[in-house]
Amino acid sequence: MLEIISSALLILGAFFSLTGAVGLFKFPDFFTRVHAASVTDSIATILIILGLMLRSDFDLVLVKLLFILVFMLITGPAAAHALAKSARHGGLLTLAETRGNKKESED
Amino acid sequence: MTEIIDLVLLAMLAITALSVIFIKDLFTVVMLFGIYSFLSALIFVNLDAVDVAFTEASVGAGISTVLMLGTLALTGRKEKSSSRQTILPLLVVCVTGAALIYGTLDMPPFGDPNNPAQQHVAPRYINDSPREIGLPNMVTSVLASYRGFDTLGETAVVFAAAIGVLSLLGLPKQDRTLIQSGLKSHLVLRVVAKMIIPLIVLFALYVQFHGDYGPGGGFQAGVIAAAALILYALVFGLSVATHVVPPKVLKILAALGVLIYAGTGVVSLFLSANFLDYSVLASNPVAGQHIGIIAIELGVGITVFAAMLSIFYAFAGQAERKNIQ
Amino acid sequence: MNFIVEHYNYWVVVFLMMVGFYIVISANNLVKKIVGLNVFQTSVFMMYISIGKVTGGSAPIAAEGITTYSNPLPHVLILTAIVVGVATTAVGLALIVRIKRAYGTVEENEFEHKEELI
Repeated sequence: MLEIISSALLILGAFFSLTGAVGLFKFPDFFTRVHAASVTDSIATILIILGLMLRSDFDLVLVKLLFILVFMLITGPAAAHALAKSARHGGLLTLAETRGNKKESED
Repeated sequence: MTEIIDLVLLAMLAITALSVIFIKDLFTVVMLFGIYSFLSALIFVNLDAVDVAFTEASVGAGISTVLMLGTLALTGRKEKSSSRQTILPLLVVCVTGAALIYGTLDMPPFGDPNNPAQQHVAPRYINDSPREIGLPNMVTSVLASYRGFDTLGETAVVFAAAIGVLSLLGLPKQDRTLIQSGLKSHLVLRVVAKMIIPLIVLFALYVQFHGDYGPGGGFQAGVIAAAALILYALVFGLSVATHVVPPKVLKILAALGVLIYAGTGVVSLFLSANFLDYSVLASNPVAGQHIGIIAIELGVGITVFAAMLSIFYAFAGQAERKNIQ
Repeated sequence: MNFIVEHYNYWVVVFLMMVGFYIVISANNLVKKIVGLNVFQTSVFMMYISIGKVTGGSAPIAAEGITTYSNPLPHVLILTAIVVGVATTAVGLALIVRIKRAYGTVEENEFEHKEELI
């Protein structure tokens, strides 16, 4: 029973990772791409590590997996924030702002 | 099943390596190299080489990528397209590749237990090392005890590389004034860095002393500890970091590690045994082996930490000189 | 067919080696040469580790109930090689920084024939 739940969680986590990768190609703008990558990354991490935790008995491996999960949930969104903030600092405009600029220069 | 994973990972590796040839933006090339390193770490795990995967992930994908990005900050990001003809290198590469593939046709099948590589020395290590040295991790016992002399040479090479980089680039002087870096105004990064850096240092100590029972050891631990301090220098500024770990201390630490390692060997010479023979360090030979291995892994960890951090200081000091913040 | 299954590991490694070799000899930018050198080194590591693998074995860490282990000797050699590789890369990158300071460029065809430093 536990095997089936853990397999389902692993497959779901892989599916979310895949949608994140598809989003990296399909989204039009840098900031939307960062959003796609980081959100799907967090949910895929949670699902995959939960699936792996269900496969081990209650010993050191479980605690190590829990530590890994906590660490990745702290650092993943922080890394995405650093990316977006440095892009903004470098002067990158969002898609709405570039369209607004183009409209102003056309008028 | 493992063959399919192997195939997929090797295909991704080949695509990544091919794309390095054609891309002109060097930042992308360095990122692709980081991906290549992580994928090869996955392949190493698949091939049962967990220690090697740990080292490749931390040293190859961690420190190499950081140093290359530091160089890119100093030399520029775009590669200019050249008018060199590519027909001669292509010809040389094809001839060499054909010769190598002709050589692999004679090689023994992949994974066969009766390969020549699995005879002679390897069964002796696998069968005798739990009894003679008493550590579960056979790679550590071979690295630190059976082939300890090679590891002394490796530590000396890391020390020599640190000396080489320091003589080429020089360390930043410790500032009288504390200049905060621009990154200090980013609240999220500051708080997250403050939370994580102690955990990273703790993990480095865990890896150092747990190398006898699982994957780990001095090299990985030194690199992880250096990574914690590199994160500190990136978020809070180089001059603050040079106050926390001054460059003079790093020079002493790098030499101290090699001294501890060679000193353990000399101690066993004084106790009338061979150089780096740890069995005489305690009354019980197995306990002596344990003491010797912990001492030399400590030496290795200290030297690698000091070497990697001083190399990073050297590169970052150059950026400060060019006034790039 | 069996022959291909037994040897494809080595062939892919040879391909990666040749890609790295091509980058080293044909790249104009020095940083790209160093990246190519690292690609070459990592593919050589993969060849050694695949020589040491035993099918059905486990990682060479002694545990209860496991009888076959993979060969620990190539792992030790490659551990040393990885660390020496990163040491070489660090010195190479430091040399590139000094070349940039001396000649103003890191493209090889621009400073190959220069006599004076800047």
